[in-house]
Amino acid sequence: MSEQAHDQLLAEFRPQMLKFARLQLQDGAAAEDVVHDAISAALEGASRFNGRSALKTWIFAILRHKIVDALRERGRTVHISSLEKDEADLDEAFDALFTASAHWHPLSRPRAWGNPEEALEQRQFWQVFETCLELLPANTARVFMMREFLGFETPEICRNLDISTSNCHVILHRARAGLRLCLERGWFNTEGSPAC
Amino acid sequence: MLTCKEATHLISEALDRPLSWPERLRLRTHLAFCSGCQAFRRQLDFLRSASRRFLTRRDEDEP
Repeated sequence: MSEQAHDQLLAEFRPQMLKFARLQLQDGAAAEDVVHDAISAALEGASRFNGRSALKTWIFAILRHKIVDALRERGRTVHISSLEKDEADLDEAFDALFTASAHWHPLSRPRAWGNPEEALEQRQFWQVFETCLELLPANTARVFMMREFLGFETPEICRNLDISTSNCHVILHRARAGLRLCLERGWFNTEGSPAC
Repeated sequence: MLTCKEATHLISEALDRPLSWPERLRLRTHLAFCSGCQAFRRQLDFLRSASRRFLTRRDEDEP
């Protein structure tokens, strides 16, 4: 792959990189900085990569490290407020899946998603996934992304956001339960189907 | 006996910390009898693998 082709691909990835960095850092200028740094670092070694997928995997790995560094440097400056209304709404939607005795309601008991790995190959699935992420409350999504996209361990997330470990677990559960329900309704559509 | 709602919390926390021995036992016992929570657990596992792929997902037609 020529140098020009690399430059072109990097330019193509840039909007997606910026979007991701903004979501994580909640700061437009800081997001521009990390994306700029990641692209500069990537240009130096890009010739080793052949093909779009390999280059993309690699440049997002670099971006991920830059974001992790930026978050670590920033330390405890991000404030996560106490329960917000949209978080309470999400909890209410989750609670509605259960009976009064805290067991699954017969109509909302989770059912197998078949072969969900097949969805990972479909572009439309990722659009639904991204929409579901955007529908999560901002704080909930941030904690989820720190854990699952950036690979932070939970204690570090708690320290970075200055929240208790148990609160961290509650937020991650809320995020996963919310995403699960959204994907179920938006993609897998098993809800309400017969039990067997 | 664990309720399903409690089980979903342990299933989620197991992705973030090692569960204690009694927690694991309670969860395993619950899962043995609860198809809903079994499906919930597989779905959270899927969410994790999807998240790992999110950044490098197929976002346009590639060969």
